[in-house]
Amino acid sequence: MTEEKQKQPGVLYWLNQTWLSIRVPLAAIILALLVGAVILILSGVNPLDAYRALFVGAFGETRYLLRTLEKATPLIFSGLAVAFGFKAGLFNIGAQGQLLLGAMTAAVIGFMVTGLPPLIHIPLALLGGALTGALYGFIPGALKTYTGAHEVITTIMLNYVAINITDYLADGPFKDPEPANIVARTARIQDSAVIPTPQIDLTVGVLLALLLMIVFSVLVFAIFKKVTLGIKNKLLLFLIRLGLVVGLGIGLAQLLRVFAPRFYAQPVGFLPYNAIPFPIGFMIAILMAVVVWFILMRTTLGFEIRTVGLNPHAARYAGIKVKMIIILAMVISGFLAGMGGSIETLAVVGRYQPGFNTGLGFDGITVALLGRNHPLGLIPAALLIGAMQAGSNVMQFQAGVPSEIIGVIQALMLFFVAADMIVRWVIRAKARPGEVKIDLTSGWGKQ
Amino acid sequence: MNLITQLRLKKLLVPLILASLGLVAVIVSYSMNPQVTQAVLASTLRQSTPILLGAMCGILCEKSGIINIGIEGQMLLSAFMGFMVNVWTGNLLVAVLAGMATGALLGLLHAFMSVTLKLDQIIGGTVINILALGLTGFFYTAGLTTKGKLQPFSLGFLAEIPLIGPVLFRNPPITFAAIVLVFVLQFALFKTTWGLRTRAVGEHPRAADTLGVNVFTTRYINVIMGGAIAGLAGAFLTLEAVGSFERAMTNGRGFVALAVMIFGKWSPLGAWGASLLFGFANALQTQIQFAGVLQIPHQFIGMLPYVLTIIVLAGFVGRARPPAAGGVPYEKE
Repeated sequence: MTEEKQKQPGVLYWLNQTWLSIRVPLAAIILALLVGAVILILSGVNPLDAYRALFVGAFGETRYLLRTLEKATPLIFSGLAVAFGFKAGLFNIGAQGQLLLGAMTAAVIGFMVTGLPPLIHIPLALLGGALTGALYGFIPGALKTYTGAHEVITTIMLNYVAINITDYLADGPFKDPEPANIVARTARIQDSAVIPTPQIDLTVGVLLALLLMIVFSVLVFAIFKKVTLGIKNKLLLFLIRLGLVVGLGIGLAQLLRVFAPRFYAQPVGFLPYNAIPFPIGFMIAILMAVVVWFILMRTTLGFEIRTVGLNPHAARYAGIKVKMIIILAMVISGFLAGMGGSIETLAVVGRYQPGFNTGLGFDGITVALLGRNHPLGLIPAALLIGAMQAGSNVMQFQAGVPSEIIGVIQALMLFFVAADMIVRWVIRAKARPGEVKIDLTSGWGKQ
Repeated sequence: MNLITQLRLKKLLVPLILASLGLVAVIVSYSMNPQVTQAVLASTLRQSTPILLGAMCGILCEKSGIINIGIEGQMLLSAFMGFMVNVWTGNLLVAVLAGMATGALLGLLHAFMSVTLKLDQIIGGTVINILALGLTGFFYTAGLTTKGKLQPFSLGFLAEIPLIGPVLFRNPPITFAAIVLVFVLQFALFKTTWGLRTRAVGEHPRAADTLGVNVFTTRYINVIMGGAIAGLAGAFLTLEAVGSFERAMTNGRGFVALAVMIFGKWSPLGAWGASLLFGFANALQTQIQFAGVLQIPHQFIGMLPYVLTIIVLAGFVGRARPPAAGGVPYEKE
């Protein structure tokens, strides 16, 4: 950021900055959708029908929107886990395994512990799951530092071990004792452990959101004013972007509702949502993303982690305990993944059942990469992937398009986001001096 | 000279100990129960083939300085294309070639992304993985089967040798091809000019470039060839092993192949040993579950290959050294 720019950081300036930073990813997403449309046309489907159904399925109704947020929540966590590893130069493919064990632990604490109020039970189960994930992340970290076993291999292997452990637990000691049950799954968690999703009237919801935003901003300004000047601008920027994303989503849904009303079951009121769900799990995910961002960017530990990720040798010369940092990074990464699994159990599934969490950890890699490995940047990425996953069901049902097409579109998005030179060439946008290329492979096998 | 010999011996010590331990175990086991031993060994070889081929794809790429985590996707899409071509034409040879061509095309894509576009290679590989998963899932039609599978054939009198014969010398073509490829690649990488150039490009591209080796072309060729080998692994899955295609049927083999590559310290022979170990653990697991001799939940037996890999990796192999320029796009000055 140049000095000249810092003189007048008004809203317009931030809007412009936001536009400059999102135009390339936005163009990349549009390009990916266009290429996806070509594939759809080739297989004899009208891409407009497919995309409309996809969009409606993701945002069109309250329950669809809720499902989008539900799908995005664990993705934020696994994305954070992967991104945190990347920052330390570690490729944690093991987020999947850590997530599974976290989900299992949360389920066990959820149904075995009784008589606790929700305010204690939920955090207990969340923390239990997260700590299990952390412990499971500790193994590859320790193996890497003490024996040199590469984390890519050990975490992949540990994923399979985790699948087997959870399958065993769900089919053995913790199997649902209900007589009617024949499948491998745990008992339902106690009501006191369920993370609720209160329905809030739209007006109240908007007011509440605004209030929260104001309180949050005030808090942030109050806390960080003394620490540093740059941070509040960044948070303001983040809030503006968040608002833009939400506004854009609602606006698009509105347009769609006017022009394609046949996709709506109950077209009532002006806005598409009469009552909006307030998914607490999603809020926790956003909070964790902010916490991770703060740890990485504003603390000594974060600085050390990033230094180790960029150049372990330099870090060692600078007196950083590289081994400890590597283990710690894996532990925190596992903690985040485990928490994602816990929230999935406590807020969505309600028990542990094998096969219900498949792929969440691997999607975390996509989310982290799409979000350019930035803790806050991966929130929109997770929302995007979550929306596509949620919408793909409706698309399959309404337009008869196999839901796997979203995998192709995701891959194309990832490609175009990474290959920004192609996108820049298409939209004739020059690279800004501040923008750095993402580089993750520097940590591969080197230490 | 003496020092070099000593160093070489030291390097060979662990594999030699492992190999001789394995040999003793096989002999003891064969004297006790010939049929089961033979079944387990044959199954070991079968289980190890796709992983070995995938690992050789990884070696070809990484020796030239390109990290390829897209092996999983290359295998999956090739398995699918090989399968579909077989369903359309009914010809196995054409199908295998189609599988290899698919793998090579994905290799071309990966080379384009990492050499020309200079993208982060992990991202490039991930793109290939998701793309393959999505494409195969999207175009998948249930209920199709191949018209015939690749059948095992014997190599003359060699197949008559007890134990070794049926296990090593009576196999389907892709399994044979994989074994032959190990030796060809080992020789080519370490004894030929091409191999020297490839390794130079992977270790110190600037030096190689100065000496007139075209870094870009070398990387392109290697990644494309690697892709073709991964394609062969995919063809193995549908055309030789299973005879039909299922969604996500590679089931992590591409990643295990990466493990095997690092485990084998980036050499084809080493990767063969590592993949055999992994295949053996898999075969043993199947055998134990089948025989039902042990009263252990099957999930714990299912962990065996993975735990074994971790233990061996942590205990015996230690710090592996990848090619120095791996993952770094080359910028010409």
